[in-house]
Amino acid sequence: MKLELRGITKRFPGVVANDDVNLSISTGEVLALVGENGAGKSTLMNVLYGLYKADEGEILIDDSVVRFTSPADAISAGIGMVHQHFMLVPVFTVAENVVLGIEPTKRFGALDIDKARQLVREVSDRYNLDLDPDAIVEDLPVGVRQRVEIVKVLMRDAKIVVFDEPTAVLTPSEIIEFFSIVRTLIASGKGVVFITHKLKEALTIADRINVLRRGKVAGAADPKTATEAQIAEMMVGRAVQLTVNKKPATPGDAVLNVQNLSVVDPDGRKVVDDISFVVHAGEIVGVAGVQGNGQTELVETLSGLRRLNSGQITLDGKDVTHSSPRDLHTSGMGHIPEDRQLQGLVTGMSITENLVLTRYHDGMFSDGVKMKWPKAKEIAKELVANYDIRTSDPEQLASTLSGGNQQKVIVARELSRDIRLVLAAQPTRGIDVGSIEYIHEQIVKERDSGTAVLIVSTELDEVMALSDRVLVMYRGKIVAELDPKKVSHMDVGLYMAGSRPTESAGAKS
Amino acid sequence: MNTELLVSAEQKKHARNVGFGYLGLAVITLAVFSRRPGDAGFKLTESGTSLTLPAQQFAWIFGIVFVALAAAQLLRGFGKLSSVVLSLATAVFVLSFLSWATAGESFSLVGMLQDTVSRSVPITLGALGGILCERSGVINIAIEGMLLAGAFTGAVGASLTNLWFGTIIAMLTGVFLAWILAVFSIKYRVDQVIVGFAINFFALGITSFLSFRVLVPNPDYNSLVPVMPISVPLLSKIPFIGQIFFVQTIFVYFSFAAVAFLTWAMYRTRWGLRTRAAGEYPKAAGTLGVDVIKLRYRNLMIAGAVAGIGGAWWPIGTVGRFDQNITGGRGFIALAAVIFGRWHPVGAFSGAMVFALAEAVRLKIGNFDTGIPSEFLLMAPYLVTLVVVAGFVGASRAPKAAGQPYDEQ
Ligand SMILES: Nc1ncnc2c1ncn2[C@@H]1O[C@H](COP(=O)(O)OP(=O)(O)OP(=O)(O)O)[C@@H](O)[C@H]1O
Ligand SMILES: [Mg+2]
Repeated sequence: MKLELRGITKRFPGVVANDDVNLSISTGEVLALVGENGAGKSTLMNVLYGLYKADEGEILIDDSVVRFTSPADAISAGIGMVHQHFMLVPVFTVAENVVLGIEPTKRFGALDIDKARQLVREVSDRYNLDLDPDAIVEDLPVGVRQRVEIVKVLMRDAKIVVFDEPTAVLTPSEIIEFFSIVRTLIASGKGVVFITHKLKEALTIADRINVLRRGKVAGAADPKTATEAQIAEMMVGRAVQLTVNKKPATPGDAVLNVQNLSVVDPDGRKVVDDISFVVHAGEIVGVAGVQGNGQTELVETLSGLRRLNSGQITLDGKDVTHSSPRDLHTSGMGHIPEDRQLQGLVTGMSITENLVLTRYHDGMFSDGVKMKWPKAKEIAKELVANYDIRTSDPEQLASTLSGGNQQKVIVARELSRDIRLVLAAQPTRGIDVGSIEYIHEQIVKERDSGTAVLIVSTELDEVMALSDRVLVMYRGKIVAELDPKKVSHMDVGLYMAGSRPTESAGAKS
Repeated sequence: MNTELLVSAEQKKHARNVGFGYLGLAVITLAVFSRRPGDAGFKLTESGTSLTLPAQQFAWIFGIVFVALAAAQLLRGFGKLSSVVLSLATAVFVLSFLSWATAGESFSLVGMLQDTVSRSVPITLGALGGILCERSGVINIAIEGMLLAGAFTGAVGASLTNLWFGTIIAMLTGVFLAWILAVFSIKYRVDQVIVGFAINFFALGITSFLSFRVLVPNPDYNSLVPVMPISVPLLSKIPFIGQIFFVQTIFVYFSFAAVAFLTWAMYRTRWGLRTRAAGEYPKAAGTLGVDVIKLRYRNLMIAGAVAGIGGAWWPIGTVGRFDQNITGGRGFIALAAVIFGRWHPVGAFSGAMVFALAEAVRLKIGNFDTGIPSEFLLMAPYLVTLVVVAGFVGASRAPKAAGQPYDEQ
């Protein structure tokens, strides 16, 4: 099967998200689609999937024009999509999510859940996906949720499968697994469109690479010959610094001091187990670890969103063990949360409102009763320009921003305040290379001006590049403190998996 | 191996609050319920077998039990059994309250419980309507209006023709109001709570106006003979239980059936799966080709029909006439029952029973000289609603997308 998009144009109020885009994909190949945040990748794929109606242009399957008015049409034409933000009902089981819309039934419309289970097992066995049909989706780690999405698509007999930034939320080992799934799909005669911001991945897995920029096709690259730097330049329109540039750190006084912190979750598991560490002014400390080893809970506790069971936390010498998030904010903590849509933004509010969300009560933006909107708008405009947030108007809802631009709003809000500590969880998840460069520069600049920085990321490359000191978390404990300049990725990976490299050259403890 | 039971900080706090709650119950039982000497008589059958409790001793014993419960809860908690203990404690507390209020007299317990079941009908049906809407993602504040309008048209329809026709008219009235709610909230995306309130005021206004202008001058339009209770063969012969549950009107049996049917449909059918998906995460359903808008429209209409029948209970199931504002806020209590029951039909049904019990107790206790001001007694069912919702709402979780219009783009 050959699928072709011809002259697709899609406009939103104030933006042309896709401008006369041509693209084709056949079964048996992987097409990587790369481009900056807001370049229009997701929009283009949503047009292809029948979710958006294109203003101009047409879609052709095997050279004949088709018209999609809803996802149902695209599905029956053999197109499947794994969305950037998962489309799963969290309280449903895997089987229920997978059969939604094509439910096997018995008499009187009764659900044949046994059949559904069996179908899930069949498909997941055939493609080696290893899924428990009875697991509740909200209890599953993201990597497994993604497999649920893939089974959903396969169950509907898709020939062309679109993956919108599938690897943004995966851990390094999950990404390797994901690639082998993609290879199985290709081997069984399907075509794959793969959207990513990690150019290394595009070079690894794709047969062809297409670059989008500001809604237009900016060119194509051949993964056999192209380099990361070339593609990055094609995306952004200028040369991009792909590594972090920083001077050695000059740590000052302790800013964040965590002593014997333990946290128990509602299921009675000790998710953070007697952790102690210090982050000094002017240094970046990275916490590495495989997702689900207590980092999420650690960050939630430090940011005041979760109660702790025992231990003490001080910020700049002040005891903040039981402080509220608001108190922490005013005492100088900037927090970039892990899930931008759940904790970072109010997507139903404007970009301006989101940008002042941690400061609205400050004398600069309010006189105690009334908001000073002109001032807020002025600052918002400045931040939108500085952080290159792609929007036609800061008064638009945050939900209209592309995924990466939503992330930039949070980073801009938190780093633009006068802060003593930055607590950043997955700060560059889903962000394009150009903006990663900028955000990394900002974080290093914060450090150099004497701010303490704690980065928690499952992205090992990022932790290693940015940190002055790396802590490895495993099963709720800190199992190693390492110097990123002296250890290899391989060794850190071993610590993350709970074992110990035989020759621990870089280990300080 | 470490065998110490691990509990999160939030759970500890909750357990402590429950412990203090038990202490509160102990204080009330010991300080208030132990004040009235005399035996409380509860008739268990129509013919007169009765249970006699010495009120004062009863209060002393259970006061001490509550103190023990509080101590156990505060010191080590009940772990997995804590919700069972909580419901048992509540039941015992209600019983000690009743024996205090009845001390020195006697009343028919079976009659009161029979009355409870009957009174639960409009609350149950209203709550089922609420569940149908909220599970598919639309908040329906308009249940009260649907009950009230259904009661009015049911009364007029039944007075002019027959009981069946009256019930059908009431049902169609509910459907009509649901259709208005659907058009404004789904199609025009007006805030669902605001549309709901508008419908409530509209229903209250127009039924009050018409009852004053039309029903008062024409008493024939508002006079009918309500349905009689039907004894279910065999089941009604079960001692105690039979009298309470199986000597009732057809409305009661209909509400039992509706609860059972909706439970099955919601959790065991294709329709139920899609409905719950639309209420939790409509985009997931939409991207799989399910027509969320159509689904919501249809479910709202069904909800209207169920609530309309609930409204018909007043004229056709009990009193035989319509009075101004006859529903008196039962629609809102139905919404409380939805929350109490965690959006599950059986849960909402038990919620409806709790509220109906509060009402039936109030009517009985009103006859005794307990020293509680009658105004306070009138307040009791609403107070129960308040306490129950405040106590449980934190623990239950509404369908995620309830209240949000669905955007196809
Ligand atoms: N529903 C919408 N309403 C208005 N504007 C929108 C809407 N959806 C997307 N846009 C705009 O269209 C442009 C393209 O967005 P799109 O989500 O396609 O970007 P993307 O390439 O997927 O970016 P990212 O890599 O950050 O996910 C952006 O400028 C975005 O703000
Ligand atoms: Mg996108």
